[in-house]
Amino acid sequence: MSPAFEVIEPGLFTTVQDRGRHGFQRFGVPVSGAMDQFALRAANLLAGNGENAAALEMTVIGPTLEFKGDAVVAVTGADLSAMLDGSPMPRWEAVSVAAGSRVSFHGMKDGIRGYLAISGGIDVPEVMGSRSTYVKGGFGGLNGAALSAGDVLDTLAEANPARAMSPDFHAPVYGTEHELRVILGPQDHGFDDEVISTLLASTFTVSLDSDRMGYRLEGPQIAHKGSPDIISEGNPPGAVQVSGDGVPTVLMADRGTTGGYTKLATVISADLGRLAQAVPGESVRFTAVGHDEAVAALEEQEASLAAIDGVPPTPAMPVTVVVDGETLEVVDERGEPVTVGDGPARTQRATAVVKGLTYSFDVEVRTDSATE
Amino acid sequence: MYDEPVFRGAGDQAVLVELGDEISPETNARVHSLARAIEEAGVDGVVDLIPAYDSLLVQYDARAVSMADLQTRVVELDSERVESAEGGRVVELPVLYGGEHGPDIDRVAEHAGLPVDEVIGLHSGTDYLVYMLGFTPGFPYLGGLDERLATPRMATPRLDIPGGSVGIAESQTGVYPLTSPGGWNIIGRTPLSLFDPTREPPSLLAPGDVVRFVPLDGPDEYARMAEG
Repeated sequence: MSPAFEVIEPGLFTTVQDRGRHGFQRFGVPVSGAMDQFALRAANLLAGNGENAAALEMTVIGPTLEFKGDAVVAVTGADLSAMLDGSPMPRWEAVSVAAGSRVSFHGMKDGIRGYLAISGGIDVPEVMGSRSTYVKGGFGGLNGAALSAGDVLDTLAEANPARAMSPDFHAPVYGTEHELRVILGPQDHGFDDEVISTLLASTFTVSLDSDRMGYRLEGPQIAHKGSPDIISEGNPPGAVQVSGDGVPTVLMADRGTTGGYTKLATVISADLGRLAQAVPGESVRFTAVGHDEAVAALEEQEASLAAIDGVPPTPAMPVTVVVDGETLEVVDERGEPVTVGDGPARTQRATAVVKGLTYSFDVEVRTDSATE
Repeated sequence: MYDEPVFRGAGDQAVLVELGDEISPETNARVHSLARAIEEAGVDGVVDLIPAYDSLLVQYDARAVSMADLQTRVVELDSERVESAEGGRVVELPVLYGGEHGPDIDRVAEHAGLPVDEVIGLHSGTDYLVYMLGFTPGFPYLGGLDERLATPRMATPRLDIPGGSVGIAESQTGVYPLTSPGGWNIIGRTPLSLFDPTREPPSLLAPGDVVRFVPLDGPDEYARMAEG
């Protein structure tokens, strides 16, 4: 379709991801897809897309994008200090972006992976039924690689009107201490009880060697009862694999499809996206839960996505002033009506004509809750 | 081989179905027929299947099917399985052995105490079962290497092994689908592409197939096939 935006600066590691590539793991093709599935799905729903539309996953340092046409975007996940034309841009809500505007990111504040969805969804070719980028394999996304400066991405036809989070939604705060629930197995029988207790009682540190394949955790050694090796088998998402050196690694989106190391436990699906927001150096602790609790946590998470209703974002409202009972239109320097509710916080020069005289003044538009 | 499948919890999105505790063609055939049966039956909530040597990982959506119902269904499908005479396809892989395409063939020959010709004869004279694919897209785990050809891995892995390279590591033989680093002894190369993300299916080989290596006469034939 039409070009949506140009990448002015690519950021540290920005890739196109959707929910992932299923059905090809039997051929050794990793699932890939968004590391934080909840954040991706929320961003897409807010921007009026289907949950599986392709969006940007931005890591540590976000990109600078210049929009080629009007669009609705939604930024979710990590707080990477999003700005729209130099003003702070809200997260977890749909924002209208005008042609020529720039969205940029100015520093990681909470979490490590942000998501930017755009109305229509990013139009890159589907490879094996998915638009997700698998950089190691060199396919999916835009030419199988992270974005570079000068890349221009298109969007598909616009889907639905933008939507809003339910009023009782609280945007996640990721923090620096990550509590993850796990279900023991598939090979918990390969470890002594004391070792399992050590795993559950200790605080681990996220290693710098963590990426889209896996999160490596530094801490006490997790010793195997016998051999660390098993006959190679399929790797489930979130598996806590323990290699021969006793170091646990949680397998993430780009994990190899099969592996031959014992897996002591598996992070529950509702918590895996939280781990995807953990920054190297931060701490991780595990709690063991049963299958029913894991499914209940999943249901709860799904309910908050289901609560993203069809309520469009606040429509643009013209600003007026009332003088002596007369309602007057406020216009900007180009003569266009000054509006609120449809853009970033800003201060703009405006004029109004009162009894034949033109008055100029500044209008400050804020994006926090209305107080006036 | 187990009489009944053994289920191992693998989180709330997957369950591991173990059908044995060994690498054997019989157990592996049962894995592939169970995978096929689940697919043909269209079991509700199943998202993906990963067949391996003696197990099948079933990824599912816990909101669409309960673990208990899924396990009941898997046991039923496993018990109904047709002892398939069907088997996998036989796929012939042309290989140019030795020379620049197989720089480690002398090392393998030396380790085996056999002339190079005989190494080629043994390697291409066997049918190999594709037990599973994994490690990288399209990489086949092959069973059936003649024990005389078993050779330790290279002490220093190579950084760039060209796609199509045929190697030996310990008692395994395999083919690198894509250019990648690795420590296998490279004895030859096939001009066929094992993995192409834009092809359907993307992988030349499927789990359960049988691979037969066919020696090529020389670089000219290799080049012709690589172009064709």
